[in-house]
Amino acid sequence: MGDNVIEVRGLLKLYGATRAVDAIDLDIRRGEIFGLLGPNGAGKTTTILMLLGLTEVSGGTVDVLGFDPVRQPLEVKRRVGYLPDAVGFYDHLTARENLRYTARLLAIPRRDAEKRISDAMESVQLADVLDKRVSTFSRGMRQRLGIAEIVMKKAEVAILDEPTSGLDPHATFELLEMIRGLKKAGVAVLISSHLLDRVQSVCDRVALFNHGKIALMGSVVELANQVLGAGHPILVEASGVDIAGALRGVEGVQTVVAEGEGGWRVVADRDVRAAVAQRIVSSGGSLTRLADLQPSLEEVYTRYFEEARHVA
Amino acid sequence: MSRKPPPSGGMRREGSPFTGLGPVFMKEFADHLSSARMMVLMLFVIAFGALPVGLSLQELRTITESDPFLFLRIFTSSPQRVPFSFTASLSLVIPLLAIGLGFDAVNSEFNRRTLSRVLSQPIYRDALLLGKFLGGLATLAVALVALWLIVLGAGLLLLGLPPRGVEVARGVGFLVVAIAYGGVWLAVAMLFSVIFRSTATSALCSLGVWLFFAILWPLVVPVMVLAVTPADVAMGMGRLDETLAMIEAQSMLERLSPNTLFGEAVVGLLNPETRTLGPIIPSQMRGAIMGAPLPFDQSLVLIWPQVTGLIAGMIVVFAAAYVVFQREEVRA
Repeated sequence: MGDNVIEVRGLLKLYGATRAVDAIDLDIRRGEIFGLLGPNGAGKTTTILMLLGLTEVSGGTVDVLGFDPVRQPLEVKRRVGYLPDAVGFYDHLTARENLRYTARLLAIPRRDAEKRISDAMESVQLADVLDKRVSTFSRGMRQRLGIAEIVMKKAEVAILDEPTSGLDPHATFELLEMIRGLKKAGVAVLISSHLLDRVQSVCDRVALFNHGKIALMGSVVELANQVLGAGHPILVEASGVDIAGALRGVEGVQTVVAEGEGGWRVVADRDVRAAVAQRIVSSGGSLTRLADLQPSLEEVYTRYFEEARHVA
Repeated sequence: MSRKPPPSGGMRREGSPFTGLGPVFMKEFADHLSSARMMVLMLFVIAFGALPVGLSLQELRTITESDPFLFLRIFTSSPQRVPFSFTASLSLVIPLLAIGLGFDAVNSEFNRRTLSRVLSQPIYRDALLLGKFLGGLATLAVALVALWLIVLGAGLLLLGLPPRGVEVARGVGFLVVAIAYGGVWLAVAMLFSVIFRSTATSALCSLGVWLFFAILWPLVVPVMVLAVTPADVAMGMGRLDETLAMIEAQSMLERLSPNTLFGEAVVGLLNPETRTLGPIIPSQMRGAIMGAPLPFDQSLVLIWPQVTGLIAGMIVVFAAAYVVFQREEVRA
């Protein structure tokens, strides 16, 4: 299967007559962070559960690290770490006792287990609460404990379902750092989320889910080109000049659209920042801002679903 | 109707279904033994056990005539001041203990959102459910053995004579029957914990089934039997075989209740004079010495159907819980 850790072909999940997951194809490469994005109920969690063999597959094939989750779920689950949406731990036990239970389920020898537990807790910066009961943990700490479980497991693939939902910005930032840490350790990471801007920053590639189908798949830039059209969007703010009029003549500029207070969004087929600056200054205006706009996943997403709705 | 896909027909899943059974069992056992709930249940059991035992010990101390099974009377005699014996009290308290241990076995994992995390470890659902059941059963066994030893110790102290070997053997037999009886109720409680997401609902249903068998069933059965029996037989004027058939039908129905099975097995074990658990006609008693005890092995033969009935009931209910659990979706 080459460099892919997960290969999905024609995967299908039926709930009665509804197609929760509708014949999707998906490849996750070794060592990449892959985002499964889409609105709630689009089939992300169902797909994840089928990858882990936790729910029945209605059709198609799945291959995780060379194993079939339908027939060999134990082999798959030994190698894949899973952080469920709003993960739960046993509140009456300490963090160490919770991880010890997982270590026993994984049949990790007792001597190794203690070392692996403390190392894992160190890596998610929870070493100081190792012997505190989980009932005292915040939501963010629980999520990090979930990451620690995956680290302790020495998983080759980590599947994180909505890891950042319900976290404050600081906790989100820390968690995304830890996800990058997993990638550095050579783990392929699959993240499902509906929070696009947060996930965009860590994902190498993403797939947009819609009604059980993968609508778009690729890197964020590729998707932007596909949905928003090719081109370099820039943001221009200036005073004392008719920006729209001045810039229409610049070679390469395709559209000039007002955006927000005094700002203009300019799309061109090449990098036209130098020419734009020159034109505004020569027209007697004073340039206050000139920024290269990174394509945002949010924009891609919104535009895509708007169009999908129009088609429907 | 939608066609359900064949459950991996022809494709066998690999790996032992018991992978991870040990850790689950150990965790459940440790959790139960250290839980506040177990403390409360134990207090309850001891309070209900101590009263009849204490009172009957007081009465037994005053008995002067020799009784070869004096020790067993601690379990079975109902003192004059309270209307129930130790075993009768246990037949009520054991289900409560078992339900207390099992009613939230699975749904609490679901509600705490630990279920999907645990099932994402290399373990089948089989091992999780069985480990929980065995953990509960072991806890139940520990509680009953402790209670049994307390009663034995109190008997030694207050009666001042040691039990004979055969009495200890019958006592151990009683312990086994009590654990099997508890196992049935544990399985019932776990079945409801798999069916209902709400722990309160599952506790309520388990207690409802318990009340039904403890109170309602013994009242309903005679009514049902009488309803289908011809009037003359019901009045006691029918032929012998007809009357016997009516009594047989009634006891068969009563034996659908685990309480009846437990009660009969206990009577057979702890009252060695018991020769039969069904109706007896004078011709069968020809040559028998009234009041003479049966040997232990004959008592075992007598109660064997009751014991297997309890164990079979436990397995059937557990299997039902297993089937429901296998079909359940793990997602919230």
